[in-house]
Amino acid sequence: MSAEIRHEFQVIGKPTPKKDAPLKAAGRAEFADDINMAGMLHGKLLRSPHPHARILSIDASRAAALPGVRAVITGKDFPGVRYGNLPRTRDYLPLAIDTVRYIGEEVAAVAAIDEDTAEEALDLVQVEYEVLPAVFDPEEAMKPGAPQLHAPAPGNISAHTESEFGNVEAAFAEAAYIREDMFETHAVKQGMLEPHACVGVWDSFGKATLWSCKMSPYTVWRQLAMGLDMKPGDIRVVQTYVGGGFSGGKQEAMPMDFCALMLSKKTGRPVKFVHTMEEVLTIGHLRHPMKIWLRTGTTKDGRIVAQHCKLLANGGAYSSIGGFSIFLAGAMLNLPYRVPNMRFESNRVYTNNGFCGALRGHTVVQMCFARDSQLELIAADLGIDPLEIRHRNAIQEGDVTANGFRIGTFAFDECIKRVAEMSGWHEKRGKLPKYRGIGFGCGAHLSGARLMGHSASAAEIRMLEDGTVHLTTGSTDVGQGVETVMSMIAAEVLGIEVDDVTYLKVDSAATPLDPGTFGSRVTLFTGNAVKQAAEEVCRQLAEIAGERMGVDPQDLIFRRREIVNHKDEKQRVSLKEIVRWGMFQQGKVISGRGTYGASEEKIDFRTGQGNLSPAYNPTACAVEVEVDPETGRVTMVGLWGADDSGTPLNPLAVKGQVIGAAVMSIGHALWENLIRIDGKVMNPSLRDYKMPQATDLPKLANFEHSNVITWEPEGPFGAKEAGQGAGTGVVAAIANAIHDATGVRLTRLPFTPESILAGIEELKEKEAVTES
Amino acid sequence: MNDLVDVSLQVNGVRYDVAIRPWRTLLEVLRETLGMTGTKRSCGEGQCGTCSVLIDGEVVNACLYLAIEAQGKEIETIEGRPEGEPVLQQIQRSFAEKGAVQCGFCTPGMVIATKALLGDNPQPSEDEIREALVGHLCRCTGYVQIVEAIQDAASRLARERLR
Repeated sequence: MSAEIRHEFQVIGKPTPKKDAPLKAAGRAEFADDINMAGMLHGKLLRSPHPHARILSIDASRAAALPGVRAVITGKDFPGVRYGNLPRTRDYLPLAIDTVRYIGEEVAAVAAIDEDTAEEALDLVQVEYEVLPAVFDPEEAMKPGAPQLHAPAPGNISAHTESEFGNVEAAFAEAAYIREDMFETHAVKQGMLEPHACVGVWDSFGKATLWSCKMSPYTVWRQLAMGLDMKPGDIRVVQTYVGGGFSGGKQEAMPMDFCALMLSKKTGRPVKFVHTMEEVLTIGHLRHPMKIWLRTGTTKDGRIVAQHCKLLANGGAYSSIGGFSIFLAGAMLNLPYRVPNMRFESNRVYTNNGFCGALRGHTVVQMCFARDSQLELIAADLGIDPLEIRHRNAIQEGDVTANGFRIGTFAFDECIKRVAEMSGWHEKRGKLPKYRGIGFGCGAHLSGARLMGHSASAAEIRMLEDGTVHLTTGSTDVGQGVETVMSMIAAEVLGIEVDDVTYLKVDSAATPLDPGTFGSRVTLFTGNAVKQAAEEVCRQLAEIAGERMGVDPQDLIFRRREIVNHKDEKQRVSLKEIVRWGMFQQGKVISGRGTYGASEEKIDFRTGQGNLSPAYNPTACAVEVEVDPETGRVTMVGLWGADDSGTPLNPLAVKGQVIGAAVMSIGHALWENLIRIDGKVMNPSLRDYKMPQATDLPKLANFEHSNVITWEPEGPFGAKEAGQGAGTGVVAAIANAIHDATGVRLTRLPFTPESILAGIEELKEKEAVTES
Repeated sequence: MNDLVDVSLQVNGVRYDVAIRPWRTLLEVLRETLGMTGTKRSCGEGQCGTCSVLIDGEVVNACLYLAIEAQGKEIETIEGRPEGEPVLQQIQRSFAEKGAVQCGFCTPGMVIATKALLGDNPQPSEDEIREALVGHLCRCTGYVQIVEAIQDAASRLARERLR
């Protein structure tokens, strides 16, 4: 413990290459699509061509008769139990039974000896549909007489949240200044390069095992049990390497997962499914497109006194995690600015589109776009410097927000200052040549959410006789570096090397129950559990060593693979020797368990009141752009960001996370847009859904990130989240930079060349009118 | 099935004689017939670069290249030659050490692209590195650490040559 206070660490805080990087760089990491089992069949899914239709009949006989086809299944092969994330919004089925609600919904599945045969068989499945009227726009969907998607959701309201803190009406009545704006966001994708893939085996004991690239295997495990109407204990989910997550389909059980298992049951063979990229881009799991109406009242010196937000989210055909998505949007209006009075009303609406759910940054990104764009407008109206207005409203450490977030470390002012310095803000703002501009954007994120259901983390460390350990949790590495940072935490406590820790992938038959990887929870939640597990192992080892060395176990410390009497450092013994003595002479099983619960501080999801996360991190960034006035094309010249991620445990990984998050937001702001016309995705290809390339981004010299170091008492070794916050301010920063460069204020995503050119034209016309 | 054709492929210096359907892509044959799964399958239409291999030293998307076309040519994949390849191994080490590997799904393609780049241009500028990565998507890193890894590999390999 004394080392913690002095912050003198052997392992923590040192840039540490990812443990699995050599394996991955050699092409030896086995992803789900790399699995090959004896007798394995290949599955393919038949999808609805209609946005809304009743299934009248399915005739699979010709498909089943095709040589090489081993089985064909439809929705009727499953028990008809709906599954999903939140108890009130379970609306998924493994395969549609009587109704399809979007183009691409899964209707039947085929297992065949190879992918070509399975594909061919899909064409032979004859489905008779009765096409129903469809609705694609959420406002249309809410009107009386609109087609209804789900019987339990009248008016197509998939989820609704409403909350008020303080006295909004009174605060607006007294505000010196008020403005309202409408912002619109669009449909974007996770864009992970590994398409969803799985292998299912239904064994002769009636137990079902799924190997898949899941971020949260235990969520999938429960959902499989729901949809298959089985005991969870009869299902096993084994995580493979995850080729990029960013939430979405790797967070949930998907039709392919159910079908792999059911087809294995029918055929007695392992069955593999791999989505094509076209399927990945068609099925949904999108960021929610939103209309965000934001009314803000301030004092005359720009201090926010009240905000009123109305949000309409196009949810698509199913719920996914959407009920939480809109709740989170409202909750995160409380960060990173002080808003003493707040009202939030939101609807998530079912439409006949691919469905929406979580995606890196979740709904925080949309809210930050709206708020930090508007804040810039307010600053301009009131004649206040854009950074000054942010400082004036910045949440400070120790604040309690209107909705009850208790703010621990929160070095927001320092983040703003540092970005101003790094970016040369004061030398550049308003001083750059025409069509070149710089903009600021801020945001914040949680370090994991306290949810009503399963929030707590667990970890287990098992000592091996060679002095190394096996570490298991329920959290997965999706590339962000969990296996390394968890190993670092264990190694630090146990006084061993990172390479002495083997971080095992999640297997529901062997690893502790833990919700998994989402909501930036892992470093803080699972990290605390790992730390506690390691401390328990130390306690057990100190007991054995104390007896063997004849010293008080309390006096023993662990470092450099030795156990040392800190009162007399000559008294030391190798860790391995103590482990072997304990195991061989005393028959000890040396293993430690740790937990991190967050249960004592639950948030009330009906009122929105409560402390949603154990820790909160602010972020700020500045973006410099150049706009080509002929084409409207935006060039990213520079990006400078600063985050308070607490104390970075592995700075190399934190750098990768914050830059990755920022770049994803750049892509979403400028180039990415899943275009849907009448429910049909028009660009289901990575050629037309354009993600950032290496040449689209600022050069190394103009792409910097800085950690503002704080010591978060809730986090393991002072750490907070790093993977999502850094992306939250970027979209507004780009909008603000485009405005600085061109005078065009964009309130609708994405910021296309067409919209910028139209804005420039409009400004020119206005100027012409003024001159004449 | 009598539509199989005999094909002889030279992969990482080893000859493989296989009977395949003539329309099979090199990616399918590498992964399914030869069991070499280091080359990854993603978009399947030449946009993402995860399936990159070298054919006679040129970077090719194996998903768009028919296996029969690769006959008589030297195919190099991420697995490398059985006896080990110092240049490939240095690039892999630089990627690992510089944080250029996150989820790792694009990494084999990125490493292959780097090998081709440094073969043609041992001291590339940052712009040249970024140009060489066009067609190779990475969703995790934002490319910063990949560019840094390639710079690191280039300078280490240059020092190696001087010695």
